[in-house]
Amino acid sequence: MPEMNYAAAAPEIFLGLAICAVLMADVFLRDDQRNVTYVLAMLALIGTAAVTAMFAVTEQVVTFHDAYVTDPASGVLKMFAYVTVGVTFLYSREYLQNNGLLKGEFFVLGLFGLLGIMIMISAHSLLTLYLGLEVLALSQYTLVAFNRDSALSAESAMKYFVLGAIASGVLLYGISLLYGITGTLEIDELAARVGSTGAISIPVLLALAFVVVGVAFKFGAAPFHMWLPDVYHGAPTPVTLFIGSVPKIASFALAWRVLVEALGPMHDGGWRDMFIVLCVLSLGIGNLVAIAQTNIKRMLAYSTISHVGFILMGFIAGNEDGLSAAMFYTFAYVLMAAAAFGMVILLSRQGYEAERLEDFKGLNARSPWFALVMLMIMFSMAGVPPFVGFYAKLVVLESVLNADLVWLAGVGMLFAVIGAYYYIRVVWYMYFADPIDTTPLSAAADMRIVMSANGLGLLALGLFPGGLLDLCARVLGG
Amino acid sequence: MTWPLLSVLVWLPIVGGIVVMLLGSEARVQLGKQVALGTSVLTFVLSLPLWVHFDTGSAAMQFVESVPWIARFNVDYALGVDGISMPLVLLTTFLTPIVVIAGWEVIETRPAQYFAAFLILEGLMVGTFVATDALLFYVFWEAMLVPMFLIIGVWGGARRVYATVKFFLYTFLGSVFMLVALIYMYVKAGDYSILSFQELPLTMTEQVLIFFAFLLAFAVKVPMFPVHTWLPDAHVEAPTGGSVILAAILLKMGGYGFIRFSLPITPDASQELAWLMIALSLIAVVYIGFVALVQSDMKKLIAYSSIAHMGFVTLGFFVIFAALEAAPNTDGARLALQGGMMQMLSHGLISGAMFLCVGVLYDRMHSREISAYGGVVNTMPKFAALVVLFSLANAGLPGTSGFVGEFFVILGAFHANAWLAFFAATTLILGAAYTLWMVKRVVFGEVANDHVAALEDVSRREFWMLMVLAVAVLLVGVWPAPLVDVMDATLGQLLNHVVQSKL
Repeated sequence: MPEMNYAAAAPEIFLGLAICAVLMADVFLRDDQRNVTYVLAMLALIGTAAVTAMFAVTEQVVTFHDAYVTDPASGVLKMFAYVTVGVTFLYSREYLQNNGLLKGEFFVLGLFGLLGIMIMISAHSLLTLYLGLEVLALSQYTLVAFNRDSALSAESAMKYFVLGAIASGVLLYGISLLYGITGTLEIDELAARVGSTGAISIPVLLALAFVVVGVAFKFGAAPFHMWLPDVYHGAPTPVTLFIGSVPKIASFALAWRVLVEALGPMHDGGWRDMFIVLCVLSLGIGNLVAIAQTNIKRMLAYSTISHVGFILMGFIAGNEDGLSAAMFYTFAYVLMAAAAFGMVILLSRQGYEAERLEDFKGLNARSPWFALVMLMIMFSMAGVPPFVGFYAKLVVLESVLNADLVWLAGVGMLFAVIGAYYYIRVVWYMYFADPIDTTPLSAAADMRIVMSANGLGLLALGLFPGGLLDLCARVLGG
Repeated sequence: MTWPLLSVLVWLPIVGGIVVMLLGSEARVQLGKQVALGTSVLTFVLSLPLWVHFDTGSAAMQFVESVPWIARFNVDYALGVDGISMPLVLLTTFLTPIVVIAGWEVIETRPAQYFAAFLILEGLMVGTFVATDALLFYVFWEAMLVPMFLIIGVWGGARRVYATVKFFLYTFLGSVFMLVALIYMYVKAGDYSILSFQELPLTMTEQVLIFFAFLLAFAVKVPMFPVHTWLPDAHVEAPTGGSVILAAILLKMGGYGFIRFSLPITPDASQELAWLMIALSLIAVVYIGFVALVQSDMKKLIAYSSIAHMGFVTLGFFVIFAALEAAPNTDGARLALQGGMMQMLSHGLISGAMFLCVGVLYDRMHSREISAYGGVVNTMPKFAALVVLFSLANAGLPGTSGFVGEFFVILGAFHANAWLAFFAATTLILGAAYTLWMVKRVVFGEVANDHVAALEDVSRREFWMLMVLAVAVLLVGVWPAPLVDVMDATLGQLLNHVVQSKL
């Protein structure tokens, strides 16, 4: 049966089996042997990447009764997700060990989250998409509560769970309305039926509003951002690192599959205007409130909200250029966020959380190299060339200007300048202030190397952004 | 020329800076300094062929290099120099070794990072002048903020954090709107080459909006009244080397932007809004001149004097429309343009020298207050002679470079309107007043206090770094013809381009 093409889902099948293997292996390990779980999890990632590469496609392949799809873009997104998860695990290992949190569940839940992301990326039916979303979300709720003795973690996990469940419900309700109106959940079919009706009817608009709210919540776009700072702040830093980076790829996939592919005909006069509101609010709230933060995890949470505003700009443009711009921005953002939270972990040590902005004071005196790495991360986030964050802003600006939204580009740039303030504040703390804490950095060699590579990667991609830009454009058919 | 000279000038200092930074540790400070000096001198020597092999008859870009950089946006790594940018490149490569020498013994905290920052900054500045692709230009332009932010913030004075954050946000705010304008034109033109922007037809509304986007970026850099307030703060708090680079080269970026982008890309809007530019320039010349008069801090005084002098640059660039209207020929307009350019170069030399002089005093007394000094000539005769020379040049004495630019601009303004020339010429009085009054209070008179009595005259290092500048100031003053020749063809072509309406 041609419809049951298991090769299209080979990476997911492999990862699912690998997770079971890691989980079982972990059961038989003593507490001081958890590093084995870490190695196994990394091997699972490498294996999944190999399988993905082996079964890579150049054309779209739809299978499982039109519920599942593999295309070049999904391959690229998945590969990027593996790398990010791998980096996350690598940054986290030592921190978890030092804080008595090195448990197999962290890696298993992380991999389950990844599996959910992969399913979302490859979804060709809204039901599959929802399935992936819930796999990811449940892993995340659990991860946030991972440090079970911390009241703060438990509180933020509870908030996340309740709000996340509501958002999932809202999204599901929107999907069910769409099903009621069109009679299908399959993405291509849905696009055809929505597009054939011509004018957008009120019921479709209602369904659309629910779907957009769900998507905005998962992205963390204002005004559906309330969970984000508390969760980022409350979660153990490695979990914040995970939540702050990898799921953004999933959010991109969610918006891409649901809004662009399935509801693309409703862009004009439909979700485009809703996204403009979300975009402007995210830029404004994210950048303004970040200035007031003294905790770097909270500051980065608000910074995420503002970056989401920029990612939304790509969707607002509503063409293939805009979509590939959003994809590029997502990649750039994920790299920057991983690096920034990685730095927070790097500065932390046994029994000490370097999560206040003050902890970065005088870093240049303690470690000139990592001060430089953090400088690159911060200027990249602020969108200063020659770092990759600049090109991310460039491509989304280009796409909104192409869509004749000059005012939106102006608003975006204005908030980019306001946002630059809190990024350069970190730089000034590192370079212009004297250190409060003079303990030398104690991170392990693998962490140092990957951290440096991550920072230099922002510079390298800034000097030669062409390859990644072309890749994004090519796989999305732009 | 088969080898990529301009690329070498851009990347050699940057690579040198990275090497110096990696040499970092305290034990190898001396080696780091030597590498820094060697790199900057080598860069200067390598930049001389630009002058020697420059074809003064041609208005086209020379020494061009072009390779595709970002294919998706048709961005090229395209470099080239013409009569406008070549002298500015030389000014940059000429001043950087002097700045390195100026910091030789003075910088004690993190010297490796200090010299590395200046070298990287040099590469980026040269890159800004030689980029012929607008996106490449923008990348260099913005990247300059990073080392400058650190230079002021790490090695600056007491209120350095305030000053450097103000500097960063002001300039960043200015340039992001330029970015929007550049992308807008890319969407229309299909690539980022400055040349295709210059030939792109634009409606009046578009031109006005783009003009204002550029104005914001360049006016902040120049700086023009009323967005000049970051400059005195930044100058006062910056270390000596930072002040020199800031005044001598970074301010020129604004003037360069006007002549490279605003005039040729939005000629009709420039003509329409020339009155605004002229008014702002005259306010800078007259009002800021008075403000300079009342300063009690030497660095602040020179900073305000910079704003007034840069007002001449913008006046020269925008008075051309009035000059063209008033006369059938282009003589007045050409004089004004040449004057603006000469003023930029001359101000680079003179303001740099003035800040170095203040630095010499500051290193000894740790005070920039005019009232802390008096009678310096008694203890530092050699130094006093040099200070008086630079001050006279700053006041526009004939025979020094300061005279040439101001004279050309005033002549050009006279072609347009006698009143404009009158207001512009007040600078000759005001400039003399604030500069020479400061000299009188600091250098001449009785020895004011014990600290001044204990001053030692300039060391050999300080003497030669000031002497080189003194020679340059006099040389340009008595024999400006070679510089004028270099610019002539390019400026002529620019004028021909500007008079053709894009509407």
